[in-house]
Amino acid sequence: MWRQSRWNEPLITEMSRRGRRGALPPRPDEKVVKEVGPLKLPQSLARGSPPSLPEVSEVEVVRHYTRLSQMAYGVDNGPVPLGSCTMKYNPRVAARLAFDPRLETLHPLQDDETVQGVLEAIYMVQEWLRHITGMDACTVHPAAGSQGELAGVLMIKRFHEMRGDLDKRRVIIVPDSAHGTNPASAAMGGFQVVEVPTGDDGNVDMEALKAAVGGDTAGLMITNPSTLGLFEENILEISRLVHEAGGLLYYDGANLNGIIGRARPGDMEFDIAHVNLHKTFSVPHGGGGPGSGPVCVKRVEVVDGVTLEDLLPGPRVVYSREEGLYRVRPPGRWSVGRLRAWIANTLAVLWAYAYILAMGPQGLRLAGEVSVVNTNYFIRLMEGHWGYSLPYAPSRPRKHEVVLSAKPLKRETGATAEDVAKGLLDAGLYAPTIYFPLIVEEALMIEFTESETKENIEAYAARLKEIAEEARRDPSTPRKWPRNTTSARVDNVRANHPRTVTPTWRVEVLRRQGKLGPLR
Amino acid sequence: MLVYPQLEHPWIPNSHKAILDEMLEAIGVSSVDDLYRDIPPTILLSPEEWDSLPIGEGRPLSEAEVLARINDILSRNKYFTDPPPFVGGGVWPRYVPSVVKALITRGEFLTAYTPYQAEISQGLMQALFEYQSLVAELLEMEVVNASLYDWSSAVGEAMLMARRVTRRNRVLVPETMNPLHLETATTYAYGGGIRVEKVRVDRETGFIDLEDLESRLSQGDTAALYMEYPSSYTGVIDENVEAAGEAVHKAGGLFILGVEPVSMAILKPPGRLGADIAVGDGQPLGLGLNYGGPYLGVFAVRWDGRLVRQMPGRLIGMTVDAEGRRAFAMILQTREQHIRRAKATSNITTNEALMAIAAAVYLSLLGPQGLREVAEASWYMSHYAAKRLSELRGVEAPLLEGEFIMDFTVRLPMDAGVARRRLLEKGVLAGIPLGGFSFFSDNDMLLTVTEAHTRRHVDLLVNLLDSVLGG
Repeated sequence: MWRQSRWNEPLITEMSRRGRRGALPPRPDEKVVKEVGPLKLPQSLARGSPPSLPEVSEVEVVRHYTRLSQMAYGVDNGPVPLGSCTMKYNPRVAARLAFDPRLETLHPLQDDETVQGVLEAIYMVQEWLRHITGMDACTVHPAAGSQGELAGVLMIKRFHEMRGDLDKRRVIIVPDSAHGTNPASAAMGGFQVVEVPTGDDGNVDMEALKAAVGGDTAGLMITNPSTLGLFEENILEISRLVHEAGGLLYYDGANLNGIIGRARPGDMEFDIAHVNLHKTFSVPHGGGGPGSGPVCVKRVEVVDGVTLEDLLPGPRVVYSREEGLYRVRPPGRWSVGRLRAWIANTLAVLWAYAYILAMGPQGLRLAGEVSVVNTNYFIRLMEGHWGYSLPYAPSRPRKHEVVLSAKPLKRETGATAEDVAKGLLDAGLYAPTIYFPLIVEEALMIEFTESETKENIEAYAARLKEIAEEARRDPSTPRKWPRNTTSARVDNVRANHPRTVTPTWRVEVLRRQGKLGPLR
Repeated sequence: MLVYPQLEHPWIPNSHKAILDEMLEAIGVSSVDDLYRDIPPTILLSPEEWDSLPIGEGRPLSEAEVLARINDILSRNKYFTDPPPFVGGGVWPRYVPSVVKALITRGEFLTAYTPYQAEISQGLMQALFEYQSLVAELLEMEVVNASLYDWSSAVGEAMLMARRVTRRNRVLVPETMNPLHLETATTYAYGGGIRVEKVRVDRETGFIDLEDLESRLSQGDTAALYMEYPSSYTGVIDENVEAAGEAVHKAGGLFILGVEPVSMAILKPPGRLGADIAVGDGQPLGLGLNYGGPYLGVFAVRWDGRLVRQMPGRLIGMTVDAEGRRAFAMILQTREQHIRRAKATSNITTNEALMAIAAAVYLSLLGPQGLREVAEASWYMSHYAAKRLSELRGVEAPLLEGEFIMDFTVRLPMDAGVARRRLLEKGVLAGIPLGGFSFFSDNDMLLTVTEAHTRRHVDLLVNLLDSVLGG
């Protein structure tokens, strides 16, 4: 039976013993100190008492964080079929590039001539992504998919502003199956969000879309394949409708892995698209980041020869033929600007560079294909099994992921999607994404990616069936899960209550001292 | 010719033909193509069309071939290690203890995702909680999120937050604000319909002009004042910071302070200066420069529900599990986009979690004494450099009177851009030329000296500059 490490690990702060230290930083030599004289700061701004940081030795730090890592779980530990997160294996050859210690010393303000290797790699990734997505120009500037989305929304805003009808075009349309980032990004751009429903066939409800599209449409944001794992069959009709109304089409590339090598957003008439290097291109997720969300555009004219490419955020890397050099080009006059101070999450881009080289076009397509085969194989294993249903067009093939519903299980036994998730954890399998998309009750969104073995897919299906059986035998069982993980079920009510919410140790200490009231 | 047979790849276990055929048969289709039958034929790519695209080298490479490309890429950069770059600008060359990378490259941290399942992610969440807690002590702010992207986008998010909290549209910044931070914040402001306005800065001291600030505040619609402390573009520790904060509070706006975290070991932290929101870059906390990132956006607020509930980004909190043992969970998620959608405080999902763990490791290693030593060493080395430079004929260093810790401005008797190029020819990466930045002249340069520089490094810079100046 699988068991996760369960150390009684204190907080690093609780391990502190006065006078211990974990590092000896460089010190100025005597001559410097003598020449400069005693350290002086403006009296009103000197700190006085040192910050209350832990005093621990190096070996304690190493053991502490090593133990914490043993109480974490990633793709290196086992399957992580989190739908829409595309948790594929992170090949370590790419780490040889991304984690080379020399890169730690490269300052982003170094002259272009001194960083030609890095700039070439960034440039090549921009170029490859252009072909992969079927677009005309790319930048790897955004730090994550959500920044790519923000970039896209701001480009849509600038596009209409330059054409003089921004005051009319206040609406961005988003399907109700979309990731929460889409409406959130649209709102950050100052747009109003209109959601369109999904029909029983899993496609966008075309009648509802026709009613929503009009003179106030600034753009439409859509994921294809959708979060249901279904390819939007009417995508060309959707593009036509939005374009005819004068809006732009934004492609959320979160689910690109399901169609890579088979279909491209550019060919679907999208104007702007982002991709997630930490998904499709195998950059490790790092417990929630760093990510990287390059954004690509078609050379659609805005006004007077200015195209969407000129609106891209930056800086970008360009190749100067005359000089034979790669150059960093800062955002130009029409650009929506910078989304961060420096060029890119460079290490993530370098990881993707090595990954794409190793895969080649054939390998990338193969990854997409096998991810689709894995999904549909899993569906076949689960087909008609008691406790779970497959909502929306059950006979249509899924792409990268599938959304099952545990609604029948809940109806019969009371066990929820969350209970199912915890039951999977107990078997050493990470849970699916749950309760998303919102249009599926008791949703279990499962994405094995191409990295999972046939045997693990079978084990996952077997465990899901076992969970249903156990819940049927004794409906009280699921509530007791998980038992084999580091902690038992966590108390989320206490975690969020204004009287007990504890976002930092400082809050805990101040509260104990009676210096902090409830969060009001 | 392919290196690998048509249908096999070491990273794709089911790509073996026999396995794939077995699975396709179970699915009930005769080929993979059947699974793409819902894609309109006009946009469906054939394998031939796709394979002909210039992606990678046009074919899969073996690991040995990839390594050869990697070595090529790495060998075509110039690495400034002796001396390190004399360049800051919001990120700095700093000493990074070896332990940091050893711990963050552990597979359990490196390959994990956002801790959506608390019970199996306790170690990850405790590490992030520790990051939040350590930064909270450093800044003396009660609530710290589990990271944003970088300093500049954290400023943008802070401005949007100030707008939500105050329902006002105007944000004030000093005219010496780091231009890259300003550019990013302006991009965010464009989305949120915020107007960014510059406040005058004294040309002698580098301090914010309190009179100009007051007169702008008297117009009454200010959402926030943003200041940096120390300034990442003049290096100056602004002695008017507390008074400026009081002034904006009196006018009903928020006070946002951008800080360099290491300096906070010896400077009065933002929590004691009345800041409502503190932002900054965690890059100095063990991350290395890495040509642009990943870095780490620090974001903190004080204990006020109005502020905490409007915070962008992820928060980890302490709670208990069903057995009554200490446990950790993602908290206050109703602020986040996956629940609130268009009403979320931000669209951020993927953040910089791994970098936050690196910062936690760094702060644990350094502790109060070590961090103080790093800050002090930076102060000594930079003051040594300023003193030596001021001895050169025609060089004014520091240019501004305000006290500094590691960044300072100098005025050279020649164009700073030209001086930088000449120094580069001699193998030294000198500071940022400030020409084109209206506050400064073309002869001005921002120089950076930290604990990563030795006396020998500084002497080398001074001697080479002397020869560049024709001394």
